[in-house]
Amino acid sequence: MNYHWNWGVFFEETPEGGVQYWELIASGLGWTLAVSALSLLIALGLGAVIGTLRTTDSRWLVRLGNAWVELFRHIPLLVQMFLWYFVIPELVPPLKAWIIGADPVQAQFLAAVLCLGLFTSARVAEQVRAGIQSLPRGQHQAAAALGLTTVQAYRHVLLPMAFRIVIPPLTSEAMNLIKNSSIALTIGLAELTFRARELGEYTFNFFEAFTAATILYVIVAMTVNRVMAWVERRVAVPGYIAGAGR
Amino acid sequence: MDLDFSVIGGAIPYLWKGFRYTVELTLTAAVGGLFFGTLLAMARLSSVRPLALAAGGYVNLMRSIPLVLVIFWFFFLVPLILQGLTGAERPPQVGAERTAIVTFILFEAAYFCEIMRAGIQSIPKGQAHSAYALGLSYGQAMRLVILPQAFRNMLPILLTQTIVLFQDTSLVYVISATDFVGAAAKVAQRDSRLVEMYLFVAVVYFLLCYTLSTLVRQLQKRLAVSR
Repeated sequence: MNYHWNWGVFFEETPEGGVQYWELIASGLGWTLAVSALSLLIALGLGAVIGTLRTTDSRWLVRLGNAWVELFRHIPLLVQMFLWYFVIPELVPPLKAWIIGADPVQAQFLAAVLCLGLFTSARVAEQVRAGIQSLPRGQHQAAAALGLTTVQAYRHVLLPMAFRIVIPPLTSEAMNLIKNSSIALTIGLAELTFRARELGEYTFNFFEAFTAATILYVIVAMTVNRVMAWVERRVAVPGYIAGAGR
Repeated sequence: MDLDFSVIGGAIPYLWKGFRYTVELTLTAAVGGLFFGTLLAMARLSSVRPLALAAGGYVNLMRSIPLVLVIFWFFFLVPLILQGLTGAERPPQVGAERTAIVTFILFEAAYFCEIMRAGIQSIPKGQAHSAYALGLSYGQAMRLVILPQAFRNMLPILLTQTIVLFQDTSLVYVISATDFVGAAAKVAQRDSRLVEMYLFVAVVYFLLCYTLSTLVRQLQKRLAVSR
């Protein structure tokens, strides 16, 4: 292999000048984190609601929730990204009018956040449903016997337990979301993988660029993992969930 | 907004070619990934520490970085590795389609490894002990006793992972390979018919994946009953 390693490449200036390559990579990481954080908020909010609806007695709400999950699960994320960025604005004229006037970065960011947020919401909904259904039936019945309404039973009894149970699977969904955010490069969003490839194309130091991106993704994944383990320990109900947050 | 879906009709032969590549890539990666994934799972569960650590490191690394980045890594690595192996003067031209096959086999191996590891661990220890008591070697015990049961237990999950893989292969778009999505994107850009083409692709994927998932669910029910 005659590859010319040059780790100093990160401190060289980009062709545009005034900026060093490490700053490009850092800004890419910033976009990755921003897109991931915002879509995670959407995914957790929507996913919690839809997952809860799927456990109710209303047949239509359950069907609606199931349809939501099936829809987002069975279309490749890349295709969903294209739908949000290229197709939906064409079908919604006011959105199209806004995009023409807006900075392209804003349109890319919006499409990526909506796409990843809704895609992940379907996965969160599935975990939340499983979490609620894993609770013993007696919990719901005891709440009803105490005179709580259905909403109160969910609010004070079922959801507080279910959310604790689903922390570990939601941790891996959050890590998947960060990885999936790289697909936003296909609509031109300059996130971490996009910047790494750009560095490679400008300098031919592909391996240094990809190594940097790989290390950053691993660090982010490990950080999320540790933070969520801490959250899990903090919110654990003593004596209920054994071995929480090791 | 005027939609003209007739653009799809004219592009069918080209789309079909892309679709065939998508299926070919999915099946090759599933079979290859399952093969290497099973070997990795055996390595991870091995009592030889360095082997278990190496396999664990590989699997964890693959699972913690985005597939897009893995595709880029291999797109540049595969020609250099081949050059190293063959001693050629310049890196050979491998092409995006063939690089993608190598990439997906090695990437999926990490995911199939975790499924097979769970499968092997789901078999009661007594099975392995009895196999050894009958005089079977490690290889024989694995091949004849443990793995057939592990495959059977994990079959629905292996199939679900293959459906995920079928969707993930669309990411070869990033190295301009002409899979189903790649073919549709090229037609869409040539004819300026993005809305029609991408809607068509989404509908095809949805119908296929939804049908396959339903079949897997039925299989899962049947397996659960017979146990």
